[in-house]
Amino acid sequence: MEPTALGYLSAGIGAGLIVIGAGFGIGKLAASAMEATGRQPEAAGQVRTSMIISAALIEGATFFGLAICILLAVK
Amino acid sequence: MIESQAIIDTLKHAALSAADTIHAPAAHVAAEHGEKFEFGHLLAHMQNSRTLELPGGHIDLPQFPPLHVGSMTIDLSLSKHVFFMLLSALVVAVFSIYAANRNRKNIIPKGIGNLFEVIIVFVRDEVALPNMGPGGLKYLPFMLTLFFFILIMNLMGLIPYGATSTANISVTAALALVAFIMIQAAAIREEGVGHYLAHLTGGVHWSIWPIMIPVEILGLFTKPFALCMRLFANMNGGHIVLLALIGLVLLFRSIIVAPLSVAFSVGVMMLELFVAFLQAYIFIMLTSLFMGFGMQSEHSEEHAEHS
Repeated sequence: MEPTALGYLSAGIGAGLIVIGAGFGIGKLAASAMEATGRQPEAAGQVRTSMIISAALIEGATFFGLAICILLAVK
Repeated sequence: MIESQAIIDTLKHAALSAADTIHAPAAHVAAEHGEKFEFGHLLAHMQNSRTLELPGGHIDLPQFPPLHVGSMTIDLSLSKHVFFMLLSALVVAVFSIYAANRNRKNIIPKGIGNLFEVIIVFVRDEVALPNMGPGGLKYLPFMLTLFFFILIMNLMGLIPYGATSTANISVTAALALVAFIMIQAAAIREEGVGHYLAHLTGGVHWSIWPIMIPVEILGLFTKPFALCMRLFANMNGGHIVLLALIGLVLLFRSIIVAPLSVAFSVGVMMLELFVAFLQAYIFIMLTSLFMGFGMQSEHSEEHAEHS
């Protein structure tokens, strides 16, 4: 296999792995947030705020990985 | 079959003539000769260019000779993204001044003044106060400016012939730099230089300082870097998905794919509209959160005591 082909392959596989990880993380986060809101509906606002912050942080890490994948695919 | 071929050609020309970018001549040649379509030609629409596309044709933006500062060459001439950034700054300024004047006249805000008031109250009560405390109110104008500026820049890409300035990493890097300076300035202003430097040691025993100080300094820079990458990647991501969906029509060379891909594109456009608001909110939310971390001096003392 050519090195370029390997680069494209790794970019694709890497993007898939990253999305699996991020999806799992955000899914778990959302599930816990829903549960917390169900247990304590009066704290829904605070739960939502901290959920959005954590989701944004997870997403940030995801985008670091995806940026590396884009670099692999483009360069 | 002839009609469908004609429609495909029209689509292709519509897609291609929307941008007379640096890559455009190659794209036109490919379209006219019916060569194999490449994704790179579509990708050129997202990239920065020296021309402005309009329904009738395109305008070459005025160029200035680059400045030389030391060994650096700084090119300050207008490009598509710079143009749309300045345009959104103008839009924000005009609309906010108009809304402010209207709100000053009417005690009960209505129309556009009401819209601005809703957003301003939301930012004050949901973003600035919970994260920064009452001391954060003096940073509210900064937060609001950042919010409206990012929001309008994000939305500029969703109007036809528009371009998203925030899909350019230089723009988001500059925004993150402003946020970085504000975070450090707020921390130093609220706590004093001594506390600020003490916070860099993490409040641990002096023997671990050689490890702790580099890590804390690194931590200062990763926050705005994450802000920069997040906005850039989110704004680019939606466009890449749109291009891939539109590209399906050109890839399969069949009209059958078009309804599906257009329907999906409309869905992605709706998602992008939501993401434009969400990312502007996330950006100021995280900026105010990081500013709040540095500003609460009791927080850092508590930090020091516990460790």
